[in-house]
Amino acid sequence: MTAATVSFCLIMVFGLLGLIMFEGLGHFWPKNSVMLEMKSANSEIGYELGEIVDRETVPAEQVRALGIFVPEGQVAVDRILLKTGNRDVAGFDFHWYATTQFIRLEYPLAAFTAEREEWGNFYGFAKDLEQDGQKLNLGDQLWPEIERRLDRKNELKDRINHLQKKEMGKVNHNIERLRLRSKKLDLAQVGLNDSRYSEITEERLTWDKRYQALNHELAELYSEMSRDTLVASTAAGQTLKLPFSTLINVFQPNRMSVLEKLGHYFMKVGEFVFDDPREANTEGGVFPAIFGTVMMVMLMSVIVTPFGVVAAIYLHEYAHQGRWTQIIRIAVNNLAGVPSIVYGVFGLGFFVYIVGGSIDKLLFPALLPAPTFGTPGLLWSSLTLALLTVPVVIVATEEGLSRIPRNIREGSLALGATKAETLWRTVLPMATPAMITGLILAVARAAGEVAPLMMVGVVKMAPALPLDTNFPYLHLDQKFMHLGFHIYDVGFQSPNVEAARPLVYATSLLLVVIIIALNLTAIIVRNRLREKYDSAES
Amino acid sequence: MVTNNQVKPTSALDSIKIDVDRAGPTIKPQTCLHVDGLDLFYGDSQALNNIKMSIAEKKVTAFIGPSGCGKSTLLRCFNRMNDLISSVRITGKVHLKEQDIYAKEVNVALLRQRVGMVFQKPNPFPKSIYDNVAYGLRIQGIKGRKILDEAVERALRSAALWEEVKDRLTESALGLSGGQQQRLVIARAIAIEPEVLLLDEPASALDPISTLKIEELIYELKNDYTIVIVTHNMQQAARVSDYTAFMYLGDLIEFGDTTTIFTRPAEKKTEDYITGRYG
Repeated sequence: MTAATVSFCLIMVFGLLGLIMFEGLGHFWPKNSVMLEMKSANSEIGYELGEIVDRETVPAEQVRALGIFVPEGQVAVDRILLKTGNRDVAGFDFHWYATTQFIRLEYPLAAFTAEREEWGNFYGFAKDLEQDGQKLNLGDQLWPEIERRLDRKNELKDRINHLQKKEMGKVNHNIERLRLRSKKLDLAQVGLNDSRYSEITEERLTWDKRYQALNHELAELYSEMSRDTLVASTAAGQTLKLPFSTLINVFQPNRMSVLEKLGHYFMKVGEFVFDDPREANTEGGVFPAIFGTVMMVMLMSVIVTPFGVVAAIYLHEYAHQGRWTQIIRIAVNNLAGVPSIVYGVFGLGFFVYIVGGSIDKLLFPALLPAPTFGTPGLLWSSLTLALLTVPVVIVATEEGLSRIPRNIREGSLALGATKAETLWRTVLPMATPAMITGLILAVARAAGEVAPLMMVGVVKMAPALPLDTNFPYLHLDQKFMHLGFHIYDVGFQSPNVEAARPLVYATSLLLVVIIIALNLTAIIVRNRLREKYDSAES
Repeated sequence: MVTNNQVKPTSALDSIKIDVDRAGPTIKPQTCLHVDGLDLFYGDSQALNNIKMSIAEKKVTAFIGPSGCGKSTLLRCFNRMNDLISSVRITGKVHLKEQDIYAKEVNVALLRQRVGMVFQKPNPFPKSIYDNVAYGLRIQGIKGRKILDEAVERALRSAALWEEVKDRLTESALGLSGGQQQRLVIARAIAIEPEVLLLDEPASALDPISTLKIEELIYELKNDYTIVIVTHNMQQAARVSDYTAFMYLGDLIEFGDTTTIFTRPAEKKTEDYITGRYG
């Protein structure tokens, strides 16, 4: 009976993980392009090009109801979901085709797939290259040239990114700092001819100059990047110009060997893990979300551990064990059962508006009315989740403290140690495995929590990471991205549900992997400590 | 057997202390602990009734009696270990030398540095052997590596453990055998050089050979420390102690010379107990 239950649970868990892995990891494999030769009433040949995403068998009635011809007597029809891309041409990029709708299905070698910054994938045939509007007529040399020019474009893109994020970010940071300084002087009501004003203006001028120089450089890079254009035609024969500046990757899947596909696969996985999202999060990577999640969980751990441990020590060692302590203990336990969204509301009302608002008034008056801490952000998210998980740490730590044998405490006291010395030198080190257990549970809960975060700091798209090279390096007031929210956003708020679906699986897998990784680290640390102390507890 | 003067180097400072504290050699032993009219209650029930006794300095005093007679409770009154139990209430007086240990101004931690204790079950800390022995000294704020090294070696030698552990001082104390652990705990207690050593059934959890070693150790240690031992084992009491107290249901029935108690007990109850009628 128990074995059956256990195996059932295991099957459920591994089935879930397996599904997520299959769907999530499969997404990155470069699929072959198929071309469908369509039947049509007026005997004109139509073509559709794309990649097969899904297949299913449906009752013939259902297909007939859509106005598609199915021969009499046929009960079921196979149909395929084709990702046809080319959203800029067709307006939609996924289409179901019943097998009765086309005559032939083939894999044309010349077909290519282009991943673009906007409008999603393009499927078609490459015709030629244009440089500054001039056709190059490359013929056989077309593909090597495309790859060469794509590399050049990527180099330019990297430089642009560097300029925008690092250099211009620094300049903006400094200009903002100067603006605040002059605002502070305004608030302090020093005379307008104060020397500090002129200092600020002077410094401001140098930064402005630097900004203009950077801006100029940037404009040049952009014009460099838009030099080349790829001329391509769709399956239906329509010719399209694809500027290189919008292309991310161009490849011919039907010509690729398995090895090349494998290389492409890992490149795509790498892109998913390390790149920024594009196109309303439906394409590109999730790096800011990974970073935000890990950052938030670590910050939460740093906050929750001392608070939980100190509270547990007080409750277990110092508080008079009476009715009050009992009530507090029950309250702590119940706190763990409060729905997380309630914590979100509390975090918004208390941390963001009351605490954050007061901090802004006291410390950042120059920035008002724009809030600094009086708005959802990383710090408030971490604090809210710390509040959410503190009962777990308290309960686990108390459990650990009560498991320390009495004779160990007495041994220490009998040597002339005070209660505090006994705690600090003997009891607490022995209770660390229990504290880490509490932390593991807290991390597991916090990393998967989304609902409260939506109120206190998580956003769909954060322009910058909360950690950068500008003082004070860790920006606790910034909003951030989170994998859990990312899943929700991509899955349910996305304009293109079909395109986003594989990303939901992939992101879920990533979230699970990150939580497992965080937990494993903690578990390994705990087991090390446990080995050290275990025989004393037996 | 290792003789004591070989293992315990006496410094000039020690001899001064001896002069001050013990005021020259006397034939009649000095009183170290003096108990007067001690009553102890666990909540409403009384566990010790009007105990009166004087424990001699640098002698071994054994408490015997059936289970639950209050001998461990009495022992724990001497270093105020009973303070840890919130329901305990104590009246009467206990003096260590001239000091009333239940007086308000007494610092319990300092008292426990003067009155060391070893428990029934070996309770080494999950630390290295060295750190275990140095624990009490570090609590007192002693940090000098050399002083600690010397004190640890001296204590381990006094506890007849040095030869067995000198090569693995940094290993965990939990890897030692039960008998070694108990001697380690004794070393830990004497490392801070207390005046009194309380032993609460120190050998009851050990095998006969370890028990013998502990008994030899007690014999050695009484040259330097006043020892009070609680034991269930009458032979042990007869072997190691100079004085024996027999307790029954919270009363001190009889207290005197060990030989007298075991050969010519004055009380019927004592005789019944040592001849094995009950207990």
